[in-house]
Amino acid sequence: MSGRTSARKATNLVVAALATGAALLSLAVLASILWTLIARGAPALRLSTLTTSMAPTGEHGGLANAIVGSLIQVGIGMLIATPIGVLAGTYLSEYAKGSKLGDVTRFVSDILLSAPSILIGLFVYVLLVATTKTYSGFAGAVALAVIAIPIIIRTTEDMLSLVPVALREAAAALGAPKWKVVTQIAWRAAGSGMLTGILLALARAAGETAPLLFTSLGNLNWSTSLGKPMASLPVAIYQFASSPYEDLVQLAWAGALLITLGVLAINIIAQLTVGRRS
Amino acid sequence: MAETPELSSLAGAVGRHDTLKGAAPFIRTRNLDFFYGDNHALKSVNLDFPEKRVTALIGPSGCGKSTLLRVINRMYSLYPGQRATGEVLMQGENLIDAKVDPTDLRARIGMVFQKPTPFPMTIYENIAFGVRLHERLGKSAMDERVEWSLKKAAIWDEAKDRLNTSALGLSGGQQQRLCIARTIAVKPEVLLFDEPTSALDPISTAKVEELIAELRADFTIVIVTHSMQQAARCSDQTAFMYIGEVVEVGATADIFTRPREQRTREYVTGRFG
Repeated sequence: MSGRTSARKATNLVVAALATGAALLSLAVLASILWTLIARGAPALRLSTLTTSMAPTGEHGGLANAIVGSLIQVGIGMLIATPIGVLAGTYLSEYAKGSKLGDVTRFVSDILLSAPSILIGLFVYVLLVATTKTYSGFAGAVALAVIAIPIIIRTTEDMLSLVPVALREAAAALGAPKWKVVTQIAWRAAGSGMLTGILLALARAAGETAPLLFTSLGNLNWSTSLGKPMASLPVAIYQFASSPYEDLVQLAWAGALLITLGVLAINIIAQLTVGRRS
Repeated sequence: MAETPELSSLAGAVGRHDTLKGAAPFIRTRNLDFFYGDNHALKSVNLDFPEKRVTALIGPSGCGKSTLLRVINRMYSLYPGQRATGEVLMQGENLIDAKVDPTDLRARIGMVFQKPTPFPMTIYENIAFGVRLHERLGKSAMDERVEWSLKKAAIWDEAKDRLNTSALGLSGGQQQRLCIARTIAVKPEVLLFDEPTSALDPISTAKVEELIAELRADFTIVIVTHSMQQAARCSDQTAFMYIGEVVEVGATADIFTRPREQRTREYVTGRFG
């Protein structure tokens, strides 16, 4: 008996040690990435990085056009993705229980969720770049929207399915028609969770490079025109990081730090909205 | 039939005697059948619910008493695969007729659920939500309605200083009285209570029972309960249901002191169920 007990205790110890070790290892990798980003990016980050546009090597360029380009493309992408994602997620949770169309929509959305993002870039290239014969900021925004939509669909459906049936029935019992039960009760009850999903989708879209390579292409000059190629932080990092010039590589590090800080901030906000809820 | 000791203890709990005389039926079911898919959950139910009286529905779990409530306010029509046949008559109108709009009907027949279900909004908005579905009131008229319903539900004193705070901050018993306030704010004629105190502590339960006694003056009330004591204390009429059928219905005093049916006697004295 005591032999079996000690064997069990030993197994317990080994499993706990392995799990803790794995957790520490992944934490160490993350910390190392963050440390490298700060060590290399912080020295290159100056006010002028935020206020001047990209320039050839030796001309002290910044990232202003890439930052603004990212803001525009992510912003428009989210304006497209949020209503579509929220309404589609609502459809799946509230209207499609057991329907064929609902099952198919959920299946396709889940495939889209895990599709390689470069494929989404190529898809939008065929749809909007090949047809208009120009790379454009708008095509970039659409590609980011396609990335964000399945994330928003999934979180919206999941959050709405957590709203108790009793709450919906209580609203219906007061004489509320279904659309009011959905928009005024279910959305409100699931609101902070749905917002978290939207913020996570935004964070994901903000860091994507591949969907933009074939759509908004990137632009060394200041341009806010949606009909023309547009710069973005991830693409700027991609271009500068592979450049042979030390000052441009420095700028890539600065951009990487900026994006990471931005995504980190969005994630923290997302966590806080969930924390406030529970 | 001699009274058993158990029956005499319930007899002491009976709150009202001879209160059914002169009360006209407000809702009557005729040959009411109900199906969850293939499951025949109510079998030819014929029951009269007297106006401005309390009817208690008792019976073991799965006997169809909650189902009957959900038929009366057409709650079942939210779900495909559930259907009712027969008649639920209120002032000559068959409520389960497809021509009757369930949202209008639910303004006339309110329902309070087993667990308190406050909406995630302020106390004030919890009341105003239901009222706005059916009426357009100005600010002062809405304020009055909120105060009236909270007073009627005996929660005004506890809520009046925190009307604009979240209803989720109330205790369970307060939440349930808020849900009652929210239901009567719509000014229905009938109130359906589905085990309204099963999630509450004894003090909150007593408050809700007192409240039901007061609301009886204005509303026709149907209450589903698992507590024999509660049925005896609160109701004028009691119906005992078993596997989808009404076994026996009568004045509450009669059901708890001299039931005609053997199954009723066994159930109310706790020998089965």
